[in-house]
Amino acid sequence: MADNDFARHRWHSLLGVVPVGLFLIVHLTVNYQATDGPGAFNQAASFMESLPFLLFLEVILIYLPILFHGIYGIFIAFTATSNVGRFGFFRNWMYLLQRISGLFLVIFIAWHVWETRIAMALGTALSYDMMANIFSNSWMVVFYIAGVLAAVFHFSNGLWSFCVHWGILATPRAQKIGTYATAVIFVLLGYVGISAVFAFI
Amino acid sequence: MSVASEERKQGSEQELSTVRLIITRQDGPDQASYEESFDVPYRKNMNVISALMAIRRRPVNTKGEETSPPQWEMNCLEEVCGACSMMINGRPRQACTALIDKLEKPIRLAPMKTFPIVRDLVVDRSRMFDALKRVKAWIPIDGTYDLGAGPRMAESKREWAYELSKCMTCGVCLEACPNVNSKSDFIGPAPLSQVRLFNAHPTGALHKTERLHTIMGKGGIEGCGNSQNCVEVCPKGIPLTTSIAELNRATLVQSFKDFFGSDKE
Repeated sequence: MADNDFARHRWHSLLGVVPVGLFLIVHLTVNYQATDGPGAFNQAASFMESLPFLLFLEVILIYLPILFHGIYGIFIAFTATSNVGRFGFFRNWMYLLQRISGLFLVIFIAWHVWETRIAMALGTALSYDMMANIFSNSWMVVFYIAGVLAAVFHFSNGLWSFCVHWGILATPRAQKIGTYATAVIFVLLGYVGISAVFAFI
Repeated sequence: MSVASEERKQGSEQELSTVRLIITRQDGPDQASYEESFDVPYRKNMNVISALMAIRRRPVNTKGEETSPPQWEMNCLEEVCGACSMMINGRPRQACTALIDKLEKPIRLAPMKTFPIVRDLVVDRSRMFDALKRVKAWIPIDGTYDLGAGPRMAESKREWAYELSKCMTCGVCLEACPNVNSKSDFIGPAPLSQVRLFNAHPTGALHKTERLHTIMGKGGIEGCGNSQNCVEVCPKGIPLTTSIAELNRATLVQSFKDFFGSDKE
């Protein structure tokens, strides 16, 4: 392999699903505990905080993969063009939305990490009240709903692309079934994510 | 009313009328583009090529000014050579199979802008032929002596491989691909599909690893962003996205062989 285009791209694709996509599912599931009230959420959050080797796990399983995925993703997005005006096919729209949602997520996740994880490192306790405070600003609620939907979309559609990219879904029929399956994942995960947002309001 | 008599009626209504073509023109590679309109006398069963020929016979634009006849490329006139590809009413396709009766009027013609424009509707598709050379889109049978008959190909394989062989390097898939642009060096769907075709051939497979390595490098298969426009616009109905997905699998296997394996092919 003369240059690493191939490996970089495959790593980008893989890391988006494992561990970043899996982490998204865990994260949204923990958030969903808030629908059972502040106590349930605080318990779930403190369980996550109590994991041994927490910082190591965070760096290896979250920060480094998401940084690589995000930075290389920005490169992918900016070497693309959009022609949905001339070719308004479904997959072409998904292609465009995948790039737009990805770029939006770079901003959203940076803000979200600053407001929660870094705030926690600087001394604010990570609890139900932290999120409830953030959501006292209704613009933040809108921002977070957009963020959750973008993340869930980017993951679901990205899962489809991953399956194509790794040669799992090859025929038109397989790719169509994959589209339906990932659409179901989008709806289900979206429900979990949005319910959690409203549980903090 | 029968279909035939309706056609006759339509024909007679339009017999005396003209068809307007609005052509995006450019006098040379580095010149600015401009639009020029032409009215050509309607004839039954015209296609875009015959309309362009009518303009060439009498190159007078709608303002009544005599102008240079618009240039275009053509060759086979039966949609197998790919030379007359252009944007027709915003869609990249071949001018020979674009029938005037089936097109919305006025008809807008423009060059495919993914490629360098030579003049008017003539574009330079060299990048596609360069890509075919890069991926060795041929079967290696040349030598200093007669190699004899090659191995047979299974009919079940021949069936799908034949579909891929219909590619005429027309450039329509590159024109529709949002990842084929000035910011990327992606070779595009057509040459990738040819890798699948020639790797499927029993003798072509002698270069299989080489081809896979080429498309695992710069401008290769990783340039695909799955917009799947290529398969939607391909005039020959070639399953381009299936080819790309199959090559995604083949390159994956190849990368594992490269990394962990020893036996070279």
